[in-house]
Amino acid sequence: MTLARRIIPCLDVDAGRVVKGIEFEGLRDMGDPAELAGRYNSEGADEIVVLDISASHQGRGTFLETIRRVAEQLNIPLTAGGGIRTMEEGRAVLRAGADKVTVNTAAVERPELLSELARQFGAQAVVLSIDVKRKGNSWEPYTRGGRDSTGRDAAQWAAEAVSRGAGEILLTSIDRDGTCSGFDCELTAKIASTVPVPVIASGGASTFDDFLAVFTDGRADAALAASIFHTATHSMGALKEFLAERGVSVRLSR
Amino acid sequence: MKIAVVDYGAGNLPSVERALAKLGAQTERAVEPAQLASATAIVLPGVGHFGAFVRGLRERNLTSSLRAAFDSGKPILGICLGLQAMFAASEEAPGEPGLEFFPEEVRALPTSVKSPHIGWNQLRRLDASQLLGGIPEDAYFYFAHSYAAPASAKYTVAACDHGFPFAAVIECHGLAAVQFHPEKSGDTGAQVLRNFLESVP
Repeated sequence: MTLARRIIPCLDVDAGRVVKGIEFEGLRDMGDPAELAGRYNSEGADEIVVLDISASHQGRGTFLETIRRVAEQLNIPLTAGGGIRTMEEGRAVLRAGADKVTVNTAAVERPELLSELARQFGAQAVVLSIDVKRKGNSWEPYTRGGRDSTGRDAAQWAAEAVSRGAGEILLTSIDRDGTCSGFDCELTAKIASTVPVPVIASGGASTFDDFLAVFTDGRADAALAASIFHTATHSMGALKEFLAERGVSVRLSR
Repeated sequence: MKIAVVDYGAGNLPSVERALAKLGAQTERAVEPAQLASATAIVLPGVGHFGAFVRGLRERNLTSSLRAAFDSGKPILGICLGLQAMFAASEEAPGEPGLEFFPEEVRALPTSVKSPHIGWNQLRRLDASQLLGGIPEDAYFYFAHSYAAPASAKYTVAACDHGFPFAAVIECHGLAAVQFHPEKSGDTGAQVLRNFLESVP
């Protein structure tokens, strides 16, 4: 009896379409979010993450509609966020059908937001997203989609966020994102050993070996990837078989 | 057959309703005692805080109807916090009484393990289970919680281990309760809901 390591496809959504971003710049259309989510659900994904990457404020209504459409396709958990600034925005995301809400920039600017969300919806519904860049031997969180430096330390911020109510950490390496050079296992292991909540590793996934490394060396509880699943380079089933054969606990049967 | 889904003022009801509807069940959101009394079966889903949950039930005067339904053997399915609320109390909200169907206290998961317990885990079968009928022993279920009832609770038919052995499935006459989320547990979870619906006369 073991808690399975999770494989989580991520849908970056702009104006109701799944797009692929490269190192936080440049976008390509990858399809319909509900269609992709439904496919991943039936292929054995353990959870789906949907992120609103549109910069415009008027896109919010469109994004909530996307969450509703995606949720209808799923019988697995759904996490959604991107630009959530207030408790009411978080509530709207959960009302639309998400099980968890992710926050990033707004939590850095006003950490009380984490406590407010956790008090209202429970820590299990609050995911803190941290985008980091390596600075020598440590990592610095960046906000606003990787544009603004915070001057903080990622491990310290993660620990503070958990004490304030974050129930999970979604950790993205900006350096690795979209590069296909593998997860930053050193980063993931550092944060996973610092905080008492699950850590989802993100950024750089390319090969099956990258997933194996992030679950062993990286000590990640879950691994998130976008483009490798969208382009059907890898099937979810084959990835899980690969991990299971190498001793990683994954959910195989559906 | 009419299934009352208890609406206590928070929580993600649509996913539970959608999962039941896919199995052909007719659901109705219950906000008052009469709806529980007239329903064929009751689903009590819950996420969030134990205190807010049981207060929400009391404010809607639903606690005595739930008790009456339990005493009469009407099929009830508790989910996640809905399971925890059936116990006497929880460390999450000291001094706040639960539904008291069962005497034990719900406890916080220890600091020796990651908490919340989030993700897919397997069960240890302790007794014959109607709810788990037809489901392989090694199947995975989706959990998301920081508190749990001890597996030593009398009517526990399946346990899970995370920090301590806790009650994952409880069955007692018409009542069933699960700590995991069947509506989020893929096809396995759908089978749990189907088994529950089959128990409804």
